[in-house]
Amino acid sequence: MTLHTTHVDWFGLGPVFVLIGASFVALLCAVLVPRAVRRLASATIAGAGFTAALVLAVWLYVDSANGHTIVSGAFYRDRWTALGQVILCAIGLATTLLGVEHIPGWGRSSDPGRRDDHIAEFFALLLASGAGMAFFVGAANLMVLFLSLEWFSIALYVMCAIDYDPFAASVGGKAADARPEDRDAFGVAGGSLEAGLKYLIVGSFGAGTLLFGSALVYGAAGTVSFDGIARAVASQGLTGDTFLVTGIALIVAGLGFKMSAAPFHMWTPDVYEGAPTTVTAWMSSATKVAALLLAFRLMTTAFPHDEHLWSWAFAIVATVSLAIGNFAALVQRNVKRILAYSSISHAGFMLIGLSAGSALGGRALMYYLVPYSAMAFGSFAIVAARERELGVPVTLENLAGFGWERPFLGVAMWFFMFGFAGLPLGGGFVGKFYVLAAAYRHGWVWLVIVGVLATLVSLYYYLGIVRAMYMRPSAELQVQPGGSVAVSGGAPAKEELLHVAVGAAFVVSLGSLFAVQPLIELARHAARAFPL
Amino acid sequence: MNASSLTSILIWLPIAGAILIWILPLSRYATGSLALLFSLAEVGFWIEQAARFDFTRSGLQMEERATWFGDLHVSYHVGVYGFSMWLVGLTVVAMAACTGYGFWVGRDRSRAYFGLMLLLTGATVGVFVAQDLLVFYAFFEAMLIPLYVLIGVWGGARRMEATIKFVIYTMAGSLLMLAAIIAYGLKSGTFDLVNGPTSASRWLFLGFMLAFVIKAPLFPFHGWLPDAYREAPPEVSAVLSGVIAKAGLYGMLRIAIAKFPDPTSFYRTAVLALAAAALVYGSLLAFRSTDFRGVVAYSSLAQSGLIALGLFAGTDLGFDGAVLQMVAHGLISTSLFLIAGAVERRTTTGEFRFLGGMARGRPALATLLMTLGVISLAVPGSASFAGEFLILAGVFQRAWWWSAIGAGAIVLAAMYMLRLISAVLHEARGSTVADEALDLRPGELALVVPLVAGLLFLSAWPAGISHHSFFGQSPAASVRSQFK
Repeated sequence: MTLHTTHVDWFGLGPVFVLIGASFVALLCAVLVPRAVRRLASATIAGAGFTAALVLAVWLYVDSANGHTIVSGAFYRDRWTALGQVILCAIGLATTLLGVEHIPGWGRSSDPGRRDDHIAEFFALLLASGAGMAFFVGAANLMVLFLSLEWFSIALYVMCAIDYDPFAASVGGKAADARPEDRDAFGVAGGSLEAGLKYLIVGSFGAGTLLFGSALVYGAAGTVSFDGIARAVASQGLTGDTFLVTGIALIVAGLGFKMSAAPFHMWTPDVYEGAPTTVTAWMSSATKVAALLLAFRLMTTAFPHDEHLWSWAFAIVATVSLAIGNFAALVQRNVKRILAYSSISHAGFMLIGLSAGSALGGRALMYYLVPYSAMAFGSFAIVAARERELGVPVTLENLAGFGWERPFLGVAMWFFMFGFAGLPLGGGFVGKFYVLAAAYRHGWVWLVIVGVLATLVSLYYYLGIVRAMYMRPSAELQVQPGGSVAVSGGAPAKEELLHVAVGAAFVVSLGSLFAVQPLIELARHAARAFPL
Repeated sequence: MNASSLTSILIWLPIAGAILIWILPLSRYATGSLALLFSLAEVGFWIEQAARFDFTRSGLQMEERATWFGDLHVSYHVGVYGFSMWLVGLTVVAMAACTGYGFWVGRDRSRAYFGLMLLLTGATVGVFVAQDLLVFYAFFEAMLIPLYVLIGVWGGARRMEATIKFVIYTMAGSLLMLAAIIAYGLKSGTFDLVNGPTSASRWLFLGFMLAFVIKAPLFPFHGWLPDAYREAPPEVSAVLSGVIAKAGLYGMLRIAIAKFPDPTSFYRTAVLALAAAALVYGSLLAFRSTDFRGVVAYSSLAQSGLIALGLFAGTDLGFDGAVLQMVAHGLISTSLFLIAGAVERRTTTGEFRFLGGMARGRPALATLLMTLGVISLAVPGSASFAGEFLILAGVFQRAWWWSAIGAGAIVLAAMYMLRLISAVLHEARGSTVADEALDLRPGELALVVPLVAGLLFLSAWPAGISHHSFFGQSPAASVRSQFK
């Protein structure tokens, strides 16, 4: 008897394996490396892991001009996957830089002796979630899709709750000094555990929806592989089949949870607010990249025959996201919540590109993700710096004077806000232009108008942040800066790595305005993977 | 140096200067000097460009083109026509004077301030030379970014309301313009302004026009104007009314009228009516204003109306007059706002009831304000007389009553200008006018006198602009042929 073994293209899975391997090593650090150097060691491993995976992903991009599936049709080795992995690894690298100085977050930095408690676990989880996302963007069948979704989601649930500190109330310090309304049921300031639980419950519901939808699609088409579904639908005339359509609807909803598109967004503001800001920065950029890239591939590859259905579905989800995200952001005072709603509205913009379902839409989506993730990451990183400095949640009120006190971070924030608003200070402007162009070419003038009006509404709160930073004197500040003292035992935090990360985000979002052509070329090659 | 690179230099030199100022940790004095140096260099480059401009040649000159993103046929395409060159000149001269004013009054947070002024210079020049719709849009929006911060940080007490109103108003217009640009560009397969075809779509025309009438502004889209002009620092108000408003009018000429000939004639009467309303209503409001800047602000509204009247007359004389008047009014209102700033610095207020009698012992101030007032109310022989005469003659060819309305409004102009002059210079001495309040200092004179000298030169030779804006004998034909 011969045992049939699948040929495995180890190179094609390289980035995933590198990341998961690095995750194991980082986890070993947590027990084997002395506490004094644990932060340094695990961060180095995370940085090395993301760098190596980034290099491999670039190599794969160059080497995968003809996309194909590997591992028995479970995983796509093509340029769409590779480019997605490049973006994810770059964000992971930046998150590593941020995490070195900002894990744990301000709410749990009271006791210098216990700051390094979970640092190696954090980097292990960061690498694991990165590996999950890198696997997710290349998923070629519904099982792998679900598996990798859970893979990175579970890592994210724990990361959200990593600032939970059962001893905080008794130990005292900053967490105990925080205002009562900033504490959760466990007496923990910042609500990290609450965020983790919320994300776990709502995220599991989303994953369950996705799984149920997958089951229905499998029931209708008799296969789980993306191109197999498309073939089955074509050969058996399943377009419009009740099970298939219900399945697609549930899958759209399940992915909607991950990309935090309205009406599947209700967890987003609470989780983004409660999670350590480093984790928020990672989630708001990387999770969206993974979910949107996968959604585009899934829809165009598995369900091309039902395009009329899902493109409408996504167009409506986009419209709802733009409406809810922008209008809800108008009344927020907490900057993390404003940015959370802003990320919902940007999910709406990117879904406009997705709903066009064309090669132009794919390019638009891929392009948009680059400046968007840079700006989202950068703005949350700046919030992290400010809350560390103040020791309380950052609101529009206590942002006053920040722009003048920290010139570089202020200018970067100014830049990100104008970029988010679609003013030509960065690639956000070109991204909006692209998705709206894709909608127009799809024949949806109404969607162009919706996008334009949403941008107009969004101006108010983006400019509100700029106004808070620059146009109010810092004498209005109610909170005395001083949180930084607690960070490193006396000396103010220098935060060099945070500056590097913000600087990189700044360069990417500015550079993407000038380097549109090369980026679009990359996206064009990546989008060739699809039957468009 | 290659002549065609001059256009790009004019855009990017001030932006490079802004970045340099933000990076270098210089003192306030050094920062201001460096910024002034950059704006003077900018004027120098413009003079070089004007000297090399060939008025006997048709079409775009000093052109540069590079692909920005190919799949949607968007390119970085810049170049100048006669009229755009004059507007670039207005921009660089006015911006140099305003930067100098900021230096003179010693604005705090100087590195941020001067960087933003230079950024504004580059963006505004970009609007006037862009020959690709998306590049035009990018610069059109980019002007807003420094303006928002300049008003919001260095403005008066009610600056917050003023900035929000200003930004929301202008963005409402320009975002609809973005929708129109996407529709036009994808339909015609190119975003290029020179090679792009004309369009008969009325919706697209309205999308573009909305952005321009808000920026110019025309009645009834001027809601942002009084607050922004009053709350901004005087030199920023000077830029807003002298230069930025012209970007809206330029857009009407370069895009709305040139690219949409059929919708232009369809909506001609409507636009002319709005323009006439802005002219009359602005003049009346200027006459009723109780402060220096209010008069100048509303007179800018009136002048925008007058210029739009000339543009949408669609006749040779109208186009010539409109370009001449854009430059002349740009210089006038820049100087007037700078003088308003000088008066406010001496008396802490621009309210007429606290002013008066400033002519006594302050000959330079009196002479300059008087000269400007006389030019501004279009006394025969002045630059704005030439401009307004051409516009009214041009619109007369359309229908006589338009010029009747315009002529009536010019009477109003005389009324509000003379009221301004007497309220500031003459009458009984105001309660805030101290004996110690000095005459204009040499530094201030050095800023305003060149602008007034430019006006006097244009008064002597208005044909310098009105005969050198469009190629050929007939501007209307040049516009019809898309300036080719």
